[in-house]
Parts: sequence; structure tokens; C-alpha cells
Amino acid sequence: MTGLETTFTPLQSLAGGVLIGLSAVLLMWLQGRILGATGILAGLVTGNAPGERSWRAAMVAGMIAGPLVVLAMTGQMPAVDVPVSLPMILVGGFIVGIGVTYGSGCTSGHGVCGMARLSPRSIVATLTFMVACFATVYVIRHVLGV
Amino acid sequence: MRLLSAFLVGLIFGVGIAVSGMINPAKVLNFFDIAGTWDPSLIFVMGGALITTFLGYRVVLRRPAPLLEPKFMLPTARDIDARLIGGSAVFGLGWGIAGFCPGAALPALGSGKWEVAAFVVALIAGIWVARTAQARSAGRAPA
Repeated sequence: MTGLETTFTPLQSLAGGVLIGLSAVLLMWLQGRILGATGILAGLVTGNAPGERSWRAAMVAGMIAGPLVVLAMTGQMPAVDVPVSLPMILVGGFIVGIGVTYGSGCTSGHGVCGMARLSPRSIVATLTFMVACFATVYVIRHVLGV
Repeated sequence: MRLLSAFLVGLIFGVGIAVSGMINPAKVLNFFDIAGTWDPSLIFVMGGALITTFLGYRVVLRRPAPLLEPKFMLPTARDIDARLIGGSAVFGLGWGIAGFCPGAALPALGSGKWEVAAFVVALIAGIWVARTAQARSAGRAPA
């Protein structure tokens, strides 16, 4: 199976990227923390202190409200098209959870915040997961033809 | 104040993920499919996010402390080891299979699609299993 065609959206993508960056800068300014989805989720799942959980829960609630705000402003829910099967979603999700825990971060923590701090660890991590993702998509779509 | 500010930060992040197209696995997987239905939009997401964060951090980190906490909590690890590289490679593998990364999946929950909820449940299970394994091996390691 080849992918679903999607439209090239340089301006919206750039504007969205600036908002993502703005949220990372705000969190550093307010709480002095890196904005990483991995750390936020891990703190929610395995955090012990209740004070550590509540602000993370509030942040996740804000994230979930994000597309609803876009819906309210534009009258349209942003497209979420999942071109893979349920087993792939479940296996992929579990593998992502293992990987980001051992790799200490994901696209937001390493790819945006760490790279912006010019952290060598984050640069290596980001290059690694990008290359691994390119290779995986190539094998799935063009070698296995799933 | 902490809760409200965390909610607003999450909201701006979620709107950014939604507007940028990162919320859409079809678009994300197409970025990684240069040999097929390539969509280079994600370069612009990363570019916009990186430039904004790079410039913003330079201003913010010059301050003595953040507004709501006594000090900045920046990562201190410096080792580029097998755990970092192996973990990141495994993450890239899973990302390529499912099309979601954690920071895109959380806002995508707002779309109400069951596929997103399935991904997040599996993601949390993976984090929990890895954390538990890490805690066990740390407990066994000599002090």
C-alpha cells in the first residue's frame, strides 16, 4: 500500500511550528522546564508526588483542547487520517513507549528543545530517530509493500 | 497559577501541533516517504519550532530564574551511549510503524478518533513497561 496523498502546507506548517516553539519557550520562562511529551507522560504514568502529576495533567488537558480550539475558530476539525491498521497502531505505540523511555525523549524534548539548546545528546538522538523512521517507512511501504 | 499556566502552554502546543499538520499521521508518514507520496511540510514545522525555541531560550535562560519556580531544571546528562542511541532508534522504528510520536498523539486525542486512543494506550503501556524494567535493573545494580 502506498501512502494517502497529503497537501504540501508550508505556511500553516511554519505557523504551527512557531506556536510549538512558543509553547516551549513559555514553559521554560514560567516553570524552567523542557517541554517534552515523553517526560510529561512518564511523570503522569509513574510519578509519585501528587504535585508533580497535577500540572502535567493540566498540560495534557490543554494539549487535547488544542484541536478543539482550531475547530471553534475555523469551523473544521484538523484532519487526523490514520493510514495504518490497528495491529500496527498498537505495536508501533508500544515500541514508541519503550524507545522514548530508554532514549530519554522524543520529537518535542530532543528534536525541538534539546536541539535548540544545541545539546549533543539531543542532536544525536534526533538524527537517530529520524533516520530510523525514514528507514522503517521505506521498508514498510516499498520493500514489504504493506 | 501553575495549573493555569501549564494548561495554557499545553493549549498553545496543541494548537501548534494541529495547525502544523503534525497531528495527522498520513502527513507525518508522507514526510518520511521520499520514495513515495512525499510531503515536505514537516521541514517547516521543525524549522519554525527550532528557530523560535532557539531565540526564545537565549532570552529566557539569561534570567536568573523562571517565574514560578526557584531555578531552571535543565537536563544534566551528557553521555552519548548505547541507551540513548538504541532507545532513539527503537522510537524511530515505532514512529515509522504507527505514524504518531507522543507529542502529536496527545493533541490528536482531541479529534475523538479511536485510533489515537488506541495508540496512546499502547504508548503508555510501553512507557510503563520500560520504566518498570529500568527501576528493576537500577535496584539490582551495585550501589
